[in-house]
Amino acid sequence: MKSNRREFLKLAAVSAMGVGAARLGFLGDAPAFAGPLPTAADFEKGFKAKHWGMAVFSAKFTPELIEKCRTACHTEHNVPDIPGKKQIKWFWGASYHEAFPTEQGQFLSEDVEHREFPLLCNHCEQPMCVRVCPTQATFQRPDGIVMMDFHRCIGCRYCMAGCPFGARSFNFQDPRPFIHNFNPHYPTRMRGVVEKCDFCAERLAIGKLPVCVEAAGGALVFGDLGDENSDIRKVLREHFAIRRKPDAGTSPSVYYIL
Amino acid sequence: MLEKALKGSPRYWGTLIGLGLLMLLGMGFWLYQLVHGLVITGMSRDVSWGFYIAQFTYLVGVAASAVMLVLPYYFHHYKQFAKMIILGEFLAIAAVSMCMGFIVVDLGQPQRMLNVMINATPHSMLFWDMCVLMGYLFLNILVGWTSLQAFKNDMAPPHWCKVLAIVSVIWAFSIHTVTAFLIAGLPGRHYFLTAVMAARFLASAFCAGPAILLLLTLLVRKLTGFDPGDKALKRLAVIITYAMCVNVFLYLCELFTAFYSNMPGHIAPIRFLFSGLDGHYELVPFMWTAVVLGLGCLVILIPTSIREKTPALVLGLIMLVISTWIDKGLALMIGGFTPNPFETVTSYLPTVPELMVSVMIFALGGIILTVLWKIAIEVRVEVEGGNLSMVPPPAESE
Ligand code: SF4
Ligand code: SF4
Repeated sequence: MKSNRREFLKLAAVSAMGVGAARLGFLGDAPAFAGPLPTAADFEKGFKAKHWGMAVFSAKFTPELIEKCRTACHTEHNVPDIPGKKQIKWFWGASYHEAFPTEQGQFLSEDVEHREFPLLCNHCEQPMCVRVCPTQATFQRPDGIVMMDFHRCIGCRYCMAGCPFGARSFNFQDPRPFIHNFNPHYPTRMRGVVEKCDFCAERLAIGKLPVCVEAAGGALVFGDLGDENSDIRKVLREHFAIRRKPDAGTSPSVYYIL
Repeated sequence: MLEKALKGSPRYWGTLIGLGLLMLLGMGFWLYQLVHGLVITGMSRDVSWGFYIAQFTYLVGVAASAVMLVLPYYFHHYKQFAKMIILGEFLAIAAVSMCMGFIVVDLGQPQRMLNVMINATPHSMLFWDMCVLMGYLFLNILVGWTSLQAFKNDMAPPHWCKVLAIVSVIWAFSIHTVTAFLIAGLPGRHYFLTAVMAARFLASAFCAGPAILLLLTLLVRKLTGFDPGDKALKRLAVIITYAMCVNVFLYLCELFTAFYSNMPGHIAPIRFLFSGLDGHYELVPFMWTAVVLGLGCLVILIPTSIREKTPALVLGLIMLVISTWIDKGLALMIGGFTPNPFETVTSYLPTVPELMVSVMIFALGGIILTVLWKIAIEVRVEVEGGNLSMVPPPAESE
């Protein structure tokens, strides 16, 4: 209740001061404050695709860059900062062995061995999480994005058992006290539901790229896998890329260029 | 017949009150969980199903015990089971109720439970599991109650009741199969991803369920003098023994597949369970206990000469129950989620509040079982004559 009121007050303050304000220091540094609330015109220039995908120039990723993307994503989406094994992760970094455990790499090149790889939901073409969800709270859009309806989720965590990539997190407790930089442009979640990366569907709808892609400064390429002339298809034509756990049969839409 | 539940000996009421108190105690912890969320459990991002779901899968097996009686009785006209059938059916009711209880306490948003029906999703196994569990509960209530009523009135049960009993036999297979399918089709979980999962579920159900039924029946025979007949008990013990042999065999099949194929993903969870992985040995003592008890119970149960001595039988059954419980009520879930999708280990052990919430549901099941069995046994005694509390335990016959 208390935190609800606080959020309401923050929202009220934002609208009272005019949402065009470049940055409201007292609210933290949520990047969304840089822009005004989306208007109907913004939605008209929304991005469309046959199938969204992402290519990762893994060699360009340093732990610092991963942290930068992670912060951008987590701040944008009000991802709570919970320590320990019940943490919530939308975007995070992992070693080669964690990211590609089925590759069983031995005698890896030093560079790859010590590289940290950015991980996120793969927005699989055949998502297991969608197949197992009993309420269709997890669903796939025609453009391939695997979305979650936080209001329909019953918290059975079947999707977590189904996802072979550990891409999902469960709100074991009320996440709101753990949100430090509140972004009023994106909803917060309640206790007892699962959440994960949504490829910034809310930004694509108004013609903006995902925040991690913006923060990565070229190390992430986002685009339409269904269009052979798209940037991402060009990148994938020119570089050798692998996907995580192809043997799980989910056909991930995130490609890693080694 | 319900009125029979309202009159009883101090021992009956004592049992109910004791169970009721346990349930209240557990309920306190459940309220605590409702206020704070599943954060009070030991589950995590990596081990996202724990003790609750493990009890659920184990109890689905207990619900099967009825089938091992109903099947010979209705399909092979094995009349010796006549007296025990109702106990099996009522045990199934209690077990399925506990299954549902464990699912409810495991949900993050239990008040949205009906979403599973409102948004019926046929490609989710959880939807089918809910359907078959509810159906099985309904079938057992209907068949059990109607046939008991018929027995009380000294009439043959109506024809539809027999038909439903036969349906319930087939249905019981479905609750195990669908519950096994719940986990057997997940590509990222090596320990779950095996075609014999459903078969293993059935085998372990058909030994553990009847073993619990037999133990409880022996207890009731001692306490009340209700005697389901020596032949029935012996026959049931034989069925349990065979099922346990199949259960052990299927587990060995799993071990062969994992180790002969040398597939790292399939070996890892078994290593974790039996010898520890990455410095995590939590389950190792449990697993070896299960192995010793599992093989030990076979030594007791297979030779007829030992099996037919009641104390040895009781010991063997207890060993069997503990062994299968460790396998299914503990290791199956934890082994399925360890190693996690990154092939690292996140440890899990149930917390005290988690165990207490489970106690609430077990106590609830105990209450349902006590009341139902009381009714069933009293009806029996009333029709067949005899005074419950006075009848001495029958002499043991070889
Ligand atoms: S990565 Fe996991 S959560 Fe994301 S779409 Fe694939 S299966 Fe679903
Ligand atoms: S936890 Fe929510 S999203 Fe996941 S399977 Fe259950 S209902 Fe679907």
